[in-house]
Amino acid sequence: MNFAVLVFPGSNCDVDMYKAVLDTIEQSVEYVWHLETDLSKYDAILVPGGFSYGDYLRPGAVASLSPVMEQVKIAAEEGKLILGVCNGFQILTEANLLPGALRRNQRLKFHCDFIDLVVENNQTPFTLDYQEGETIRIPIAHGDGNYYCDQETLDELEKNNQIVFRYKGTNPNGSISEIAGVINERGNVLGLMPHPERAVHKWLGTDDGKRMFSSILSYWRKQYGTA
Amino acid sequence: MVQHKEPTPEQIVQQKVYREMGLTDEEFDKVIEILGRKPNYTETGIFSVMWSEHCSYKNSKVVLKRFPTSGPHVLQGPGEGAGIVDIGDNQAVVFKIESHNHPSAIEPYQGAATGVGGIIRDVFSMGARPIALLNSLRFGELNNPKTKYIFENVVAGIAGYGNCMGIPTVGGEIYFDASYEGNPLVNAMCVGLINHDEIQKGVAKGIGNPVIYVGAATGRDGIHGATFASEELSENSEAKRPAVQVGDPFMEKLLLEATLELIASGHVVGIQDMGAAGLTSSSSEMASKAGNGVELDLDLVPQREKGMSAYEMMLSESQERMLVVAKKGKEGEVKKIFDKWGLHSSVIGKVTDDNQLRLLHKGEIVAEIPADKLAEDAPVYCKPSKEAPYYEQYSSIDITASIEEPTDYNSVLQKLLASPTIASKEWVYQQYDYMVRTNTAVIPGSDAAVVAIRGTRKALAMTTDCNGRYVYLDPFVGGAIAVAEAARNVVCSGAEPLAITDNLNFGSPEKPEIFWQFEKAADGISEACRQLNTPVIGGNVSLYNETKGEAIFPTPTIGMVGLIRDIEHITTQEFKKDGDLIFLIGETKAEIGGSEYQKIMTGKIEGRPPQLNLDLEKKIQAFTLKMIQEGLVQSAHDTAEGGLAVALAESCISGKIGAEIQITEDLRTDFSLFSESQSRIILSVSPENAEKIKKMAKQQEVPLKEIGHVKGQELSISHNGNTVISMPITKLAEAWRNAIPTIMSSGLLKKLNMQEISANLP
Repeated sequence: MNFAVLVFPGSNCDVDMYKAVLDTIEQSVEYVWHLETDLSKYDAILVPGGFSYGDYLRPGAVASLSPVMEQVKIAAEEGKLILGVCNGFQILTEANLLPGALRRNQRLKFHCDFIDLVVENNQTPFTLDYQEGETIRIPIAHGDGNYYCDQETLDELEKNNQIVFRYKGTNPNGSISEIAGVINERGNVLGLMPHPERAVHKWLGTDDGKRMFSSILSYWRKQYGTA
Repeated sequence: MVQHKEPTPEQIVQQKVYREMGLTDEEFDKVIEILGRKPNYTETGIFSVMWSEHCSYKNSKVVLKRFPTSGPHVLQGPGEGAGIVDIGDNQAVVFKIESHNHPSAIEPYQGAATGVGGIIRDVFSMGARPIALLNSLRFGELNNPKTKYIFENVVAGIAGYGNCMGIPTVGGEIYFDASYEGNPLVNAMCVGLINHDEIQKGVAKGIGNPVIYVGAATGRDGIHGATFASEELSENSEAKRPAVQVGDPFMEKLLLEATLELIASGHVVGIQDMGAAGLTSSSSEMASKAGNGVELDLDLVPQREKGMSAYEMMLSESQERMLVVAKKGKEGEVKKIFDKWGLHSSVIGKVTDDNQLRLLHKGEIVAEIPADKLAEDAPVYCKPSKEAPYYEQYSSIDITASIEEPTDYNSVLQKLLASPTIASKEWVYQQYDYMVRTNTAVIPGSDAAVVAIRGTRKALAMTTDCNGRYVYLDPFVGGAIAVAEAARNVVCSGAEPLAITDNLNFGSPEKPEIFWQFEKAADGISEACRQLNTPVIGGNVSLYNETKGEAIFPTPTIGMVGLIRDIEHITTQEFKKDGDLIFLIGETKAEIGGSEYQKIMTGKIEGRPPQLNLDLEKKIQAFTLKMIQEGLVQSAHDTAEGGLAVALAESCISGKIGAEIQITEDLRTDFSLFSESQSRIILSVSPENAEKIKKMAKQQEVPLKEIGHVKGQELSISHNGNTVISMPITKLAEAWRNAIPTIMSSGLLKKLNMQEISANLP
């Protein structure tokens, strides 16, 4: 399986994402510069965290207009798997690949911690290897992770089972309905604020993020065999 | 913008304009002697910044010379952007600490942010990939709104810059003491990793090679920042806010990636950060180090504002800029790399053979100064030194008599845990991204942070330490303790101490008693470094830390890095398992001077600080490290501020598990519990390894006592048979964890609830 890790000016979790693919599922992974106009050789596209364009204007707003994002939209239409983490999630909402928006944390401060998440939907290509309702421990590190959408959208998300992860216990950023991650209606574009790519070794504090990568691989193998 | 007419050379002499820039009459005479003529306005400005304490170390040089700076592992000692130590396998660790105290006093967010930005550039200009940030902060007592404002914004500034750069902020230390009220300390440390063959130096070699300016454009910010950093803060300091630079971490992230790409390309001859004194220091130092000259055409400098004069361009401290000397003919390749990252790169001059720093502006020569004389011939002063009068007075105070023995030890322990200096710093470090790059094996909150080195079994332990109270009470002992404690923290994490970088924060060297503190503390540091084999590979001096004539506690902060040979050796402070035995290495004496206990009981810092026996220190560190490396240790924790009781509480709180402790010794109970005697470490050990440890301690003549075991959910301590402390861990944790958040949220009219607000928006 071929993974692309997008790199925008200011991305800084690109390395984490790249290493996570190697360390968890040992698949081929490449960095792809934001000016790239061909993503056809990749099976999955990872949009990493960081501060693309310094978070100027709004987090993700400038990056969502990068040339590579046109290709990401095409890939999404083709049904390829797209995962956005943290700033990657913000970019995907700014690019309208995912509903809602991420606002400043309620406490108005950057927040870095290990937190508990509930897996609300394990029927997605990204969560097959988790149990439904399972609690997993994943780090967060963001200043703008306060997910917001209007009531109508929230009802839609609930109805379609698009809320994939919820915060358990204390809501770290004020997200509506404790939402930590959402998937698009088609089920191939996932965005979440917590960092599964930072949770891939016990010595990092938790390895609960591993199964997101293994889920992606098992899903892909089910679709396309083991090539 | 109105162009002010610059004074002529004659006016500079007559009106003594140079004095406003910080040059003395004698220094100005020396400038005239070097040039053989009167300097013009630009030249006067250039000399004044290069000869400021911040750039020239003119007042501190004589003392800094005493530091041991070499060792078998040292690849680069003081003198370059940062020091470098070999860690085997062709790898080396690069690190340095630097202060941004005065800017942070005036504009805490930008002051702290650009402090972080500057130290990161020092490390990556050596060719190293920055892998971790630490800091050492000092504020006044957290009971007034101004201190809270400074604290809150310094932390936000550090977070804002480091997080955006994608470099984890993994550790640090914070003390609150009234002496820092008008003059907070913000010291930032950066650690980088490099291969031996990639090490870069700031030299302008190769006559005719192009000098290339890269990074952000030059503006009028930070003009005379270095001079501002070299004088005392006063009521007028607020007016110097324009001397504080403004940071752009996004720009620096691009500059970091572009610079490392450029270095990897092999087109670079020399590279240096444009830090303090910007274009002036980078160009003259690079020329001087190579024994060459540099000619710059200032018309070619990328400029953010119109109509900048040569003086303004040379003295600007605009951030996120570097000066590169490239191989001739590779100008295009350099430009290509910087274009990719959307950054300026502009050939602004060339290396010459005439030793002159020559500046052209609008077709005219606006400055011509011998580069080596400018960079290296700053005056050197040996200021008079005199023992501070308080030192003699404190020798006769019987501090043990000044404190009445408390009756309720539970409440004293709670008070200590809730004292901001001891309390949990979660409120602070949760604002820092301490995990980015996914190498952080031990997060903030333990004795030292640990960062793993990918592709190897190795890891680096790192810490910053200094108890300014001890240094104030006895500068020599306090200086030595700062090094010993840093080493102890690194050892408790499973690492062998490698080297230190120091940030010497003191008051005005013009005062003999301050210079005495400075000199004695440096001697103490030197002595400890020699004994513990940790040479000084670089650092920074920050003098004139005074407000209204009152100096801060002398604070020579030590940044230390240690090498963990195998990640299996990584050890943390928290108790791990019910039934593990608890040992105390070292001896407790009635040493209350300068302790947190003294401060909360009497409100004073007086007497003599704890004493330090470096032979013993060396022995207990070697023993602890050996026990850790042999896999016999479950947890290790240095006993520091608050003494044994606080250290035990910390190990319980972080391990979420209790302990039952019995102390039998011939000391007052409060001294047993809260004395800050040095060279003590708490170990927890599985029962099956207990005999081995005891035997080894006996063999190596290390004082070791079994004091209890890990048990349940309560910390109970008995002293000579009487139970004096008995508290649930949850209650201890509450006091420790809630202290700073509670103080920081008090005083607000009403907590803002964004959801409530947005629900009411149209």
